[in-house]
Amino acid sequence: MERNPIRRQLAIMRQSLFDQGHVDEQFVQLEELQDDANPNFVEEVVTLYYRDSARIILNIEQALERKPFDFRKLDAYMHQFKGSSSSIGAKKVKAESTLFRECCKSGNGEGCMRSFQQLKKEYATLRKKFGAYFQLARQAGPVETASRPK
Amino acid sequence: MRVERVISDENDSFPVGMRVLAVDDDPTCLLLLETLLTKCKYNVTTTSQAITALKMLRENKNKFDLVISDVHMPDMDGFKLLELVGLEMDLPVIMLSANGDTKLVMEGITHGACDYLLKPVRIEELQNIWQHVIRRKKFDRKDRDGSGSQDKPYIDSSEAAGLGNVDHNGKFNKKRKDQNEDEDEERDENGHDNEDLSTQKKPRVVWSVELHRKFVAAVNQLGIEKAVPKKILELMNVENLTRENVASHLQKFRLYLKRISCVANQQANMAAALGSVDSTHLRMGTMNGLGNFHTLAGPDQIHNAAFRSFQHSGVLRRLNTPAGVGISGLPSSGLVQLSPVQNLGNTSTYQRKLQSFVIPGNHNANILQGMPMSLEFYQLQNNRAASHVGQFPSVDNTTVLPVSSISGSLIDAGCSNSPLLGVTSNSLLLEGSSQLPTLHASNLRDSVSGFPNRSTLSDFTSIAPASNQLHGSKADIQDQAFPISCNAGKIISSAPQDWNAPKKDAPYQSNVPSCSINSLRAVNGDMAQLGQCLDQNNPIFNRNVGFDFVDPLSIKCSEGENLAMEPSVIEKEGYLMVQPSRQGIYIPDNEGENFAMEPSVIEKEGYLIVQPRRQGSYIPGNLGSLEDLASAMTKQVSIITSISCGNFFFS
Repeated sequence: MERNPIRRQLAIMRQSLFDQGHVDEQFVQLEELQDDANPNFVEEVVTLYYRDSARIILNIEQALERKPFDFRKLDAYMHQFKGSSSSIGAKKVKAESTLFRECCKSGNGEGCMRSFQQLKKEYATLRKKFGAYFQLARQAGPVETASRPK
Repeated sequence: MRVERVISDENDSFPVGMRVLAVDDDPTCLLLLETLLTKCKYNVTTTSQAITALKMLRENKNKFDLVISDVHMPDMDGFKLLELVGLEMDLPVIMLSANGDTKLVMEGITHGACDYLLKPVRIEELQNIWQHVIRRKKFDRKDRDGSGSQDKPYIDSSEAAGLGNVDHNGKFNKKRKDQNEDEDEERDENGHDNEDLSTQKKPRVVWSVELHRKFVAAVNQLGIEKAVPKKILELMNVENLTRENVASHLQKFRLYLKRISCVANQQANMAAALGSVDSTHLRMGTMNGLGNFHTLAGPDQIHNAAFRSFQHSGVLRRLNTPAGVGISGLPSSGLVQLSPVQNLGNTSTYQRKLQSFVIPGNHNANILQGMPMSLEFYQLQNNRAASHVGQFPSVDNTTVLPVSSISGSLIDAGCSNSPLLGVTSNSLLLEGSSQLPTLHASNLRDSVSGFPNRSTLSDFTSIAPASNQLHGSKADIQDQAFPISCNAGKIISSAPQDWNAPKKDAPYQSNVPSCSINSLRAVNGDMAQLGQCLDQNNPIFNRNVGFDFVDPLSIKCSEGENLAMEPSVIEKEGYLMVQPSRQGIYIPDNEGENFAMEPSVIEKEGYLIVQPRRQGSYIPGNLGSLEDLASAMTKQVSIITSISCGNFFFS
């Protein structure tokens, strides 16, 4: 349906985000909120997310350097992180946060560390993907949102 | 006007333009929420801080129709915000959280949320939130059917009533009573008298500090069981206040009391188990901080600062020191100057201080808007735990009579830590001229003098005595949530001086020796902090902790009276418990009663519960004394509560 090659590519990219499980339905919600009045909404939110969550990631990192682990605090941080991640539909990141919280609840320090590493990876991967996606989207120019996988 | 439109087209365009206030500390979620709400065609205002939200809401009660708030926020617990909003503004509040635990949801319901949404929020869920507003509105309108324009401000009547910030909104939250009945979110009882419902336009009453104080005084006088709106109204003698207003306020009050008592009871058990270990001073200090806030009324930053410092530092100490609290304004408000109040005889001075204190407080009518104060006060009374904050065993030396602060004047007596005293007084003042028996003050004074180290008397300490000090406005203050003060007063009963004062207070104390400051819930934010500040089972009165907490009890000792009460403040599981542990015998001269009551203040989940604990020989010579003690405790508690509340409100 995309006549424009850029748009077509954009659509493919977008689809792969879903297919690979990086984003979920919530992302669609974001897209739906984007309109003429708010043409770059999705990018704005995602950018905001990465900016704000970086802080939380840092906090968690610092907290993980202090032994013994303060699981309560770690859990609280992660709860916050999970909240924002789920708001933008970052599926894998959100799943990893859940795992992390489980480890916190059970006092599994090792598990926390591992989970956190994995989470950071997913987080970074998604950021790259988003980066490319939005760059392309900007190139494609303002257009109605692509077809959504319903 | 939106209101008019709403009135005319029932549901037609109503949801459109509905004014929502969204609160969430997470910027991503907040942006998302804002966009979603805008998409639903609501008029959205956002803030990432609960404190700011409260400020906005208080500024103009008519500004918003609905509030959506996150549960976990750094500056204030979402549930606390929820409660406050419900109490003060009576707006529907929807909670938002990434956590959908049944427990949490339940808590939301308990606190009065009209809905609980899970993050990430979907637009479909938001599209229907207007129903909560309509629901309230409908009830209002129904009652208001004959009263003409709905959005006409009821300013006149309210102003006439001398209420602080009257909410002259003709909008949905018109009739508190109606809302109470209708939205029984946070109200268990729906016992409103609707008699005058249709007789007159009922302005939205704003329960200012003054008003609340009077209310509490009246209730105390009547006794919580016997307190009926009509009598309360008569006692209060406030123009343009209807029985319905009182009834609805009473309902809320009772609710708080109930809540507090649950907590208090638990605490009491705990306290009992714990015994009065050394210095569990009321963390009045924290209170002080809070109290200061009251006085500060104005400077939000101060409040916030204090508030925050309270939060973060968890050191009451900070609060205790007015300086630490950042309440620079304190001195000006005369708060700090409690010390000058020195003698009990200086009631007038003290009162003056109180007065000055109260004045700033007026601005913060909100301070006491929440029932909390009265509630707390009541709790104290009801919990009869020997809310005997006064006596702090001289053992603890440090002292600062936190209570003194309340009695301000009391503290002067011995402590140079006027700041503390001042604070307390302030808090007391805020509460309304609690008429804590001056006795209390004097007692404190004496005790205070006994402790030279009291330099740092935390305002906290003054809290207890302060209550007594508030001699001036006896009735008022007593009722006010100065449970703490009450205790202080009571405790100090031993002080011969105006022992009568406590007696007088007795009526409203109705044998509630244990002031469970459960009701201090209102203190919410503050209290929470208090709780945090308090170490588990650590005597809050760690004078040595630098609390500058004057132990009124100890102060008393110096007088040669066997006041050995130590309020112990224990923070347990988030409860701030102030348990005065009485060591020795407290002999209130005037009454010749031996009180050995220790008020314990317990803060649970943001609630300050003061449960007086009696140890030692408590000889309730007469019920009166017990009541006095109770009232003293209550006062103290209320003070604490009020302080906390005040702070909370202020912020």
